[in-house]
Amino acid sequence: MTTASGVATKIPKTPLIYNPKVRGIAYQAVLCIIIAFLAWSAVSNAVDNLARAKIASGFGFWDTTAGFDISQTLIEYSTTSTYGRAFWVGLINTLLVAGIGIVLATILGFIVGIARLSKNWLVSRVAGCYVEIIRNLPLLLQLLFWYNAVLKALPGIRESIAIPGGGFLNNRGLFLPQPVFEPAARFALIALLAGVLAAIGYRIWAKRRQSQTGQQSPVLWVTLGLVIALPLAVLALSGFPVQFNYPEAGRFNIRGGVEVLPEFAALLFGLVTYTAAFIAENVRAGILAVAKGQTEAAYSLGLRPGPTLRLVVVPQAMRVIVPPLTNQYLNLTKNSTLAVAIGYPDLVQIFAGTVLNQTGQAVEVIAITMAVYLTISLVTSGLMNLYNRSVAVVER
Amino acid sequence: MANAAAAFVRTTPIPAMPPPRALSGALGWARDNLFSSPLNIALTVASALLVAWIVPPLAKFLIIDAVWDGASRVDCLPRAERPEVGACWAFVIDRINFFTYGFYPIEERWRVDVFFALLAFGVGWMAWLDAPRRDLGAFYFFILMPLASVVLLLGFPAIGLSRVSTSQWGGVLVTIVVAAVGIVASLPLGVLLALGRRSRMPAVRLFSVIFIEFVRGVPLITVLFMASVMLPLFVPDTWSPDKLLRALVGVALFSAAYMAEVVRAGLQAIPKGQYEAAMAVGLSYWQSMRQIVLPQALRITIPNIVNSTVALFKDTTLVFVVGIFDFLRTIEAARVDPNWATPVTSTTGYAFAAIFYLIFCYGLSRYSRMVEARLAAGDRR
Repeated sequence: MTTASGVATKIPKTPLIYNPKVRGIAYQAVLCIIIAFLAWSAVSNAVDNLARAKIASGFGFWDTTAGFDISQTLIEYSTTSTYGRAFWVGLINTLLVAGIGIVLATILGFIVGIARLSKNWLVSRVAGCYVEIIRNLPLLLQLLFWYNAVLKALPGIRESIAIPGGGFLNNRGLFLPQPVFEPAARFALIALLAGVLAAIGYRIWAKRRQSQTGQQSPVLWVTLGLVIALPLAVLALSGFPVQFNYPEAGRFNIRGGVEVLPEFAALLFGLVTYTAAFIAENVRAGILAVAKGQTEAAYSLGLRPGPTLRLVVVPQAMRVIVPPLTNQYLNLTKNSTLAVAIGYPDLVQIFAGTVLNQTGQAVEVIAITMAVYLTISLVTSGLMNLYNRSVAVVER
Repeated sequence: MANAAAAFVRTTPIPAMPPPRALSGALGWARDNLFSSPLNIALTVASALLVAWIVPPLAKFLIIDAVWDGASRVDCLPRAERPEVGACWAFVIDRINFFTYGFYPIEERWRVDVFFALLAFGVGWMAWLDAPRRDLGAFYFFILMPLASVVLLLGFPAIGLSRVSTSQWGGVLVTIVVAAVGIVASLPLGVLLALGRRSRMPAVRLFSVIFIEFVRGVPLITVLFMASVMLPLFVPDTWSPDKLLRALVGVALFSAAYMAEVVRAGLQAIPKGQYEAAMAVGLSYWQSMRQIVLPQALRITIPNIVNSTVALFKDTTLVFVVGIFDFLRTIEAARVDPNWATPVTSTTGYAFAAIFYLIFCYGLSRYSRMVEARLAAGDRR
């Protein structure tokens, strides 16, 4: 370094060990070496142990015949199918319970969350008790309770409870009439699709018209008409081409109809009520996060409470609600693995349970299972980030 | 006068109007809060019906119709003079030692009681924010107590404590051990991971991010499965860690990843000036973290740490799946015992478990709210 007068001052040379850059590189090198050593010793131990236990490695088992049965299969599967097929059955079962669970938990969660903020003392207290009790009990306990103490305690096949409309409820599950569509029903399906598309188009048009002219359109009624009334009308015109396959109670069995396994019902009910309690808290926090001045400003502009909530509070609250909501959706999906405790054939029960026990290939099976959940997590959070970006505040 | 015909001048006061409808008192409160509009009335009625549908039958089952003493299932079966039987608390009272200690040898159970006392002392020291010498408390909680507990519970023949294999542990003991190990191991690990994630060294940051995101992206059950079936493969054959230890490793790693994110949130909340000031007075990285940043960050994170403790406490039930006899598992085992086979045994067992978890988790979350209020008091102007 030179001073202004140009006289060179000698700065003492720092030893290399005190140079932060060198130190940083050294630390990182040590860390990398330690981790590489751990990984190497784990792999070499695993190879030794597997060789000693005479367990095959690799993914050859994927195409081997599985030889076990699965109680709920949405795709074709039999005991002669392969392990790979069993994997897909499990994955679809997981996605089924998670998908339905997410929709129902969101609806219930929003209702409870808003109820907790109600001015009605009784309503808010009931919602508060629900949230506090459900959130403070382990999910596994709740699932076991619903399954063992409620559903398994239902009457047996012979004393089935008849549900109005031709269904049966007993300790083997819920049996419902199965709709069978005749070919003519496809016109109704086409009408439904067209109705949904038209409704979306109408919404966009109405929004544009409102932003240009200020005139509002009856969006709700038109949407209901297009999505519900139109397909129903087509269905009526084509002469109701739908028949129901009613379940029939036999002495030992119930034939026909759709069967909902008690395991599925217990898992779905437990997941929905549990996650809804958490979503309710997110919703409450989100609504409380909207400044009170916003509501007051809307009132002073002359908006009634309904439009205030819909146009001012909710859009701002959604911004706060969505990120934790994503977490809850992922939690629900991950919690669906508790199916293993009550015997619902989800991915973990089939794959990390039965397949692992039969093949003994722990490393491959667990790696595949974890990869599936990681993928689901990453995809969900990616989609939610996209949504998040679309509702984020645009800073000017 | 011109207006004499039209004018009317009242010469006497009109009678007083009735007072406004009560705005205060019980009636006014009810009108305001419960019956202010038709919708509100409908909601109130619906909620009242819901409460009436749930609460009285629950009270009847849990208390009024409950059986408090008895020696076997016969006492909990419906009889002619008592057609409806509620909760069979006699079953819980009969099996309470099994629920608490599992298969721990009966003559050694005092050791478990001492462990509970040591733990309660440590938790009390850490939870009481005004307690004297909390630095000593931390030393006790994170180092002394775990060592003493291992000696006490596992046994140490040299000082006359016979060996008790972990396969004999069970019930509340295992639940508490798993939760305690989870929290004691996850805090230091989580702090290290959080610091690693905010480090300026790319390799450290990368490893921390991969570990945290990987563990948070998979369900605890798969982590437990991994710990119980893959861990024995990864270590030399002679080690063969026992079942409980494997599960403990899984739980500790899992909760460390979540704790790391909680601590990171606290680190991010500390103003940058604090870091810069620490550097400006010449503190090294570890000095500035230990003396300046972490004390502040951990303090504001206490409510979140307690919340993740609640989550961890609930998650301990999952060790059930890898075959460990935790509290819930002992209930599952006892409720199918033919000695106590009655229609109400299962429900009674679950009700007892629910009360146990509710007391712990609700108590913890009340505590976290109290700390939160206390911390907020410092920021209030």
